[in-house]
Amino acid sequence: MPLFSDEYHNSSFFDYLVQHRPDLTPSGRGGHAPASSGTVPDEYRSAAPPVTHGTTVLAIKYRGGVVIAGDRRATEGFQIADRRIEKVFKIDEHSAMAIAGAAGPCIEMARLFQTELEHYEKLEGVPLSCEGKANKLGQMVKANLPMVFQGLVVLPIYVGYDGKRDEGRIYKYDITGGRYEESDYHAIGSGGKDARNSMREHFRKDLSEQDALNIALRALYTAADEDVGTGGPDFVRGIYPTAKVVAAAGIADVEESRVQSVYAALRDVRTKER
Amino acid sequence: MPLPYYVSPEQVMQDKAEYAKKGIAKGRSIIAMEYQDGVLLVADNPSASLYKISEVYDNIALSGAGKYSEFENLRKAGIRHADLKGFMYSREDVTARSLANAYSQTVGTVFSQELKPLEVEMLVVQVGDNGRSNEIYRISFDGSIFDEHGYAVIGGKSEAVQIVLKERYKEMSSLKDAVSLCLHALEHVTSQKLPLEGLEVAVLARGRAGRKFRRVPASEVRQILA
Repeated sequence: MPLFSDEYHNSSFFDYLVQHRPDLTPSGRGGHAPASSGTVPDEYRSAAPPVTHGTTVLAIKYRGGVVIAGDRRATEGFQIADRRIEKVFKIDEHSAMAIAGAAGPCIEMARLFQTELEHYEKLEGVPLSCEGKANKLGQMVKANLPMVFQGLVVLPIYVGYDGKRDEGRIYKYDITGGRYEESDYHAIGSGGKDARNSMREHFRKDLSEQDALNIALRALYTAADEDVGTGGPDFVRGIYPTAKVVAAAGIADVEESRVQSVYAALRDVRTKER
Repeated sequence: MPLPYYVSPEQVMQDKAEYAKKGIAKGRSIIAMEYQDGVLLVADNPSASLYKISEVYDNIALSGAGKYSEFENLRKAGIRHADLKGFMYSREDVTARSLANAYSQTVGTVFSQELKPLEVEMLVVQVGDNGRSNEIYRISFDGSIFDEHGYAVIGGKSEAVQIVLKERYKEMSSLKDAVSLCLHALEHVTSQKLPLEGLEVAVLARGRAGRKFRRVPASEVRQILA
């Protein structure tokens, strides 16, 4: 590997891959759409409509930051492909993302985004701003657009703690890389609507961390209740949704025992109410 | 067009080496030293924002003496090399040895093929964990590579600093002892008291999870020495 392949003066690892190693970018061709005269060529047409695959991931703000959580199910058609897949990723010390879409490209994008932010920080000596990170992710989603026509959608939610504003922030995206900030909470995936409905019922401003976690986990429970693509808590196998908390002190995993106890309490209440 | 005068290759190389040495000798010194919990890097650097020590990867750091612009280019290329390798394969496959070799190739090629050699000397340092030992590589302006143990020095008065360290270096010393020895050596060769604000200090601490590189600000250095 020659060190000075040529003059390259950019702090983005993703742009470096696009220019020098397009084979390593998620779309395999550097994110450039195939040359066409305005229409999608037949090879990129897909019978599958470009909608997100079975999943529910969500984020909800509380007093000191953001809770981000997701279910664990991966599906292949009507089959369950994986019961323990992780959809919430730590990106750096103050941010996380959760993804809905085709599992392979999703995980690859998370890994690339992690490298991207670390790379920038090392080259520049300072981390990107929260908004800068969110915009960069938007560009990566946009670069994936050609893959969307092949049915391989990647749609993230990004959460970060903005040290300048002293608050947690939530961003959602569309397939063209459009970036929209959410003020309170958001959920995406096939069960996203159900989760949003559930959160709308319970959300208040200035929640405590525990209350935000309860609302998030209950929303995932509701989504799993209504949506085949979303996995609920599996008491038999001991598989529970995963959650992370992004706050001023940094990012932390919510321990499984804590998630389990929230679901145990919810189960007991629901069983009694029946 | 008149033919250029004949100059023997020996003469060309000697001139280039002298030129590069002169450039590096103008700069200040940088020390890498093993201590009980990792590797310490100390640079005599009055600037608070133009760094001579840099993080490269999880357990790898780099420092360079000489021309800043040339070091900066090498530093960026090295980080790109490490991140690309870690992304392509896995994080544990990024090693100081491979990075040092890449630097040696680049610097050596420039030395023999370009008119102007690079006026830089570098240290590539890796902290070992899981029972593996630390690695310190010194890359000279002509691309020669040295595998150092215990401590290594680059920059202007590197030989003088080395003499001081040779006398007083002890293996497995505490961070406090290592920092004060480095400070003593730098002060000894410059024969002046160095303000802590004029030191750039960083560690690769074995005990840290994930990225092991950490800068140690002057206030903390003061606490360590107290």
